[in-house]
Amino acid sequence: MANETTGSQWPLWEVFTQAETGDPHEHAGSLHAVDGEQAIQNARDVFGRRGKVVSLWVVPAEAIVASVPSDAGPMFEPGNEAAYRHPQFYKVPRGVRIY
Amino acid sequence: MTMTPTVQSTPEDATKLAAFEARIAAGEHIEPKDWMPERYRRQLIRMMSQHAHSECVGMLPEGNWITRAPSLRRKMTLLAKVQDEAGHGHYIYCATETLGVSRDELLDELHAGKAKYSSIFNYPTLTWADIGVIGWFVDGAAIVNQTVLAKASYGPYARAMIRICKEENFHKRQGYEICAVMSQGTDAQKAMLQDAVNRWWWPSLMMFGPPDSASSNSDELLRWKVKRYTNDELRQRFVNLTVPQAQAINVALPDPDLAYDPTSGSWRFGAIDWNEFWAVVKGHGPLNRERVAARKAAHDDGAWVRAAAEAHAAKRAARSTAAA
Repeated sequence: MANETTGSQWPLWEVFTQAETGDPHEHAGSLHAVDGEQAIQNARDVFGRRGKVVSLWVVPAEAIVASVPSDAGPMFEPGNEAAYRHPQFYKVPRGVRIY
Repeated sequence: MTMTPTVQSTPEDATKLAAFEARIAAGEHIEPKDWMPERYRRQLIRMMSQHAHSECVGMLPEGNWITRAPSLRRKMTLLAKVQDEAGHGHYIYCATETLGVSRDELLDELHAGKAKYSSIFNYPTLTWADIGVIGWFVDGAAIVNQTVLAKASYGPYARAMIRICKEENFHKRQGYEICAVMSQGTDAQKAMLQDAVNRWWWPSLMMFGPPDSASSNSDELLRWKVKRYTNDELRQRFVNLTVPQAQAINVALPDPDLAYDPTSGSWRFGAIDWNEFWAVVKGHGPLNRERVAARKAAHDDGAWVRAAAEAHAAKRAARSTAAA
């Protein structure tokens, strides 16, 4: 009986919330909604019921392009190996305050 | 619900399984797109859907008292708590969907009376004291369970549990507050509280599931770190937490065998009537049929709201197409 309307599940939306201005929007969860307006209303009820939320984003889940788990090694490995991207890689004269 | 049939395991599967188990042993989380054994997926769907259904059905015994709450403060609290349970059901349904099962399938199973949910919700809420005791015992037991599930190896489940745990502490405190206030009340109020405690204590202990000796799913779930402690360990933790709380408000727990064991530092308790537990699980509790019927009626009665939302969205979409 869940399908008595259109006979299909409403689209899935990913919800991102911002707790304070200046903070990043963080993934809070997901929900089904018939359109963006309803997704925002439902997101407020589900993820903004308590605790401060100053801004909401809802994104159709199908619009998200994600890396795949099998890529994880080759895709992210260079970041870990590139020690020269980290400040500790560089030597400075003893006793100098650099920051 | 639709389940992929078991496939013959191949050497490749054995390699994948070893890698999967190594990740879990290393404390990593498994995410929806990661390879996982079919058995892990099925066990999670079983456990998480039961959990989501429990949150939903759990609204019914308490919703029963919203209009009869004894003060505006208590009514606001109860409304907020019941709304939370709906939200918690929502979080877990969404997390379950990441395993490749649809919300509709899950709800259809519940409404057809085929899905399991926590058997505690098949008991009636006869007096206002029951609302206090449910918050204290039932939400207290749920917190013990969920705090551990927040460390489960499946990422979406763990994240839903973290969110729920943050919200659920209020549920227990408001319930214990109701009990503490009644324990200072008239003789009739004290008697009402004691009666509720007597009726809810044993079913609350049963919430942790069958004893370890009879829990067919436990070994696998522990190995894959879906569960982190056994049913009996969690039950004992709940008893140890609850006994001092009962003493503090002069309420007797209905178990003549309850005794402190200084060696283990635990409260030993009497034998649980597992026949009652299995009878309720199999559908013969006081209110199994009523709960499913009420849940289905709520869903069916809400059909016009869903139809209206779709019509509204279709109209807006047509307008924006016409304007373009």
